[in-house]
Amino acid sequence: MATEFTHLDELEAESIQILRETAASFERPVLMYSIGKDSTVLLHLAMKAFWPAKPPFPLLHVDTTWKFREMITFRDATAKRLGVDLRVHINQEGLAAGVSPVASGSKVHTDVMKTQGLRQALDQGRFDAAIGGARRDEEKSRAKERIFSFRDKHHRWDPKNQRPELWNVFNTRVHQGESIRVFPLSNWTELDVWLYIWKNQLPVVPLYLAKARPVVEREGALIMVDDDRLPLLPGEKVKTMKVRFRTLGCYPLSGAIESDAETLEAIIEEMLLAKTSERQGRLIDHDSSGSMEEKKREGYF
Amino acid sequence: MSSPTSIPVMNEGERVDDYLRRYERNELLRFLTCGSVDDGKSTLIGRLLHDTGRIYEDHMAALEKDSKVHGTTGGGLDLALAVDGLKAEREQGITIDVAWRYFATARRSFIIADCPGHEQYTRNMATGASHCQLAISLIDARKGVTTQTRRHAFIASLLGIRHVVAAVNKMDIVGWSEERFRAIEREFVDFCARIGIPDPVAVPISALNGDNVVKRSEHTPWYSGSPVLELLEAVPVDRPSPDANFRMPVQFVLRPDLNFRGFAGQIAAGSVKPGDRVRILPSGKETRVRRIARAPEDGGDAPLAYAPQSVVLTFEDEVDCSRGDVIVCIGRDPAVTQRVECDLVWMQEQPLVRGQQLMLRVGAKQTACTVRRVRWLVDVDTLGTQPADTLRLNEIGRVELECEERVVVDGYRECHGTGALILVDRMTNATAGAGMVRLATEAGSKRAHWETEALATLERAEDKPSFVNAEERERRWQQKPRTILLYGPPGSGKTREAHEMERKFFDQGAAVVMLDGQAMRRGLSKDLGFSDEDRSENLRRAAEVARLLNDQGFVVILAMAAPDPEARERARELVGQDRWEARNMGAR
Repeated sequence: MATEFTHLDELEAESIQILRETAASFERPVLMYSIGKDSTVLLHLAMKAFWPAKPPFPLLHVDTTWKFREMITFRDATAKRLGVDLRVHINQEGLAAGVSPVASGSKVHTDVMKTQGLRQALDQGRFDAAIGGARRDEEKSRAKERIFSFRDKHHRWDPKNQRPELWNVFNTRVHQGESIRVFPLSNWTELDVWLYIWKNQLPVVPLYLAKARPVVEREGALIMVDDDRLPLLPGEKVKTMKVRFRTLGCYPLSGAIESDAETLEAIIEEMLLAKTSERQGRLIDHDSSGSMEEKKREGYF
Repeated sequence: MSSPTSIPVMNEGERVDDYLRRYERNELLRFLTCGSVDDGKSTLIGRLLHDTGRIYEDHMAALEKDSKVHGTTGGGLDLALAVDGLKAEREQGITIDVAWRYFATARRSFIIADCPGHEQYTRNMATGASHCQLAISLIDARKGVTTQTRRHAFIASLLGIRHVVAAVNKMDIVGWSEERFRAIEREFVDFCARIGIPDPVAVPISALNGDNVVKRSEHTPWYSGSPVLELLEAVPVDRPSPDANFRMPVQFVLRPDLNFRGFAGQIAAGSVKPGDRVRILPSGKETRVRRIARAPEDGGDAPLAYAPQSVVLTFEDEVDCSRGDVIVCIGRDPAVTQRVECDLVWMQEQPLVRGQQLMLRVGAKQTACTVRRVRWLVDVDTLGTQPADTLRLNEIGRVELECEERVVVDGYRECHGTGALILVDRMTNATAGAGMVRLATEAGSKRAHWETEALATLERAEDKPSFVNAEERERRWQQKPRTILLYGPPGSGKTREAHEMERKFFDQGAAVVMLDGQAMRRGLSKDLGFSDEDRSENLRRAAEVARLLNDQGFVVILAMAAPDPEARERARELVGQDRWEARNMGAR
């Protein structure tokens, strides 16, 4: 039988199987929606896995309050368009304490608003499975992570004590208070994600596409001035440049790149010719070679 | 920092959409690499990534920095560091667990399961191998085929991997000696033949210098085969055949409204189309497939679906079907059983013992189970089996499980999706073991038929009783029928003793029959060899004959090697406890 079954078909079938296992095996699963391109693919797969029903779990966005405005607009429009249950969590204690990337630095801000915020949200929702869009090719310590990755009561990941994972037969058993992080896109590469978006013509946040935007140059990175909360340092000048983002996070922590790529094809072409990896623009990863691993142990996604 | 990957290079002047369409058609091949700490496994992977596409500049910069601090190549670029993952192992210079790598060429996309070679090898390798279609076994040309190499090949074959490549590394250190390479190749190929791996391949390489990894080496004019990458691009990708018997474990029932009831799952084997008659197991209910339901934006309902697609099926009838059930084609049914026999890899510190309770998961089915017995333990180094009561961490053995509920299983060789199971510790929830289901009926199965069920349609013996009853036979022959087994290794004198015993019985006027194991092999058992399983089957046949003769009133003397205590135990059960006697002729 002459049927063409491509690597993308295989990845899609695998991810859908994982999403269905999650929905069937846990009492309170949740899909961590972070608005970026990986989340876009993840959400599309979730819609597909349960069609004609809606995904039997809500979406959760942990908002640090420093996301690009265009991300928030896109998030709300997407939830409305697809008719899914979107929940937003903000670490109110962190907010009250005045934590911000500007005042507290990236490390404290990420820890309090993102990592702690996530733990709060998971505890409050009593979620026993949190589905995320992380890929194994993204980062070295992720290369070892399971698809169904166990977290103890304190949301901690122990890289030396992971459950062996064979075939597509997943161990989904947890005790009260423990949880599993599920990564259906584990085996996708960055190129696969873009290919899937292109093939299915999925809408993405416009920030991925080049446009004239106000930026300042800081520590060798281009930071977008998304609102008036970003204080300028002495000597810094806001310039209008044609830029776009390869990865999206909190705007003061995401470096833009100069680009003319205004279409999906153009940004994929840029990626194909790029000389540096995608996380290069993400400032939080650079503290030290092993920093992602340390954050993950503490419960970061 | 991110993990290095490589992607196909864009051709000069190629349009992006042409590139994407080309890339999309890439097939996916998953392979594992196994080897000891110093065999150069990480270097080989680094080399594959480095020489096929490109490593990003920030990765290269970090790599150059790391090479100076941790490198083992005297400050030169250490490609192994590109793929070493967690901090601890980077410092210790060893890989702790299975790590996943991704790269693609213009022809294929690859996923590498990078498996470690130290003491946890069985658990990690089995894990990696369960996802893969090909295995690369690293061999140090100076050391040749080692115990470790044999273990790797054996585990690969146990997990159903059909393509094994021996990368004979460090050929530069042995002066690119063809003689050395051929000797290793011969030994490796012979061993693979023994464990049933078809067409193993050996490649002489230097991972450090890149010889015969991606590019053909100038140092091996005597080698006419392909470099490693060419093999990876050319090997046929093993997929579940669309012609195989249809199997789909039901993962999830979709009920968005009263009018729609869809059964979601990933097809494990075969194909299905609307109108096909299917059976739902374990209930056995039959129905027809109405739709392969798909959203209009995905092209609407599909006319055909095949493994390994994830689909939604609807039925013509309102039949009961829920998560854990398996939808199968009419024809050859899988086994529906509470008793499951499997080859088990034990992955937990605490040993597996008889009577232990565990959770079993196969397909989408989860049920409690009890370990009925460990039938044997496999010695991975000699490939021999030995009787055992327990399985310890990293041991592999044949195990019988009794499930609380009926499960639907195929033999692992026939269908991984319905023949692969995991066992979960009920207290800790740790994944304790991974099993490959073995069925007596499986094609190519050579196991003894102790538990093969006779056809259910056969008449029972009681339905047509003989006109001569047991008491009349006893009165006629003046004896109680019984079976005496004399067992022991060749040369233990069992046959001679049996003949003497037969003479004595005969002289006393008894009706006696002597069955000799060798005589069995000349006729009734001429299809059997001398493996443990074949010896066990020979004893079973002798015991069956003895039972028939006992039923006729005869005394039977068996002279057999019968080395396996468990097989002797089963023979005793078969003949009947009160009629059975066994004497060990080897114990003197």
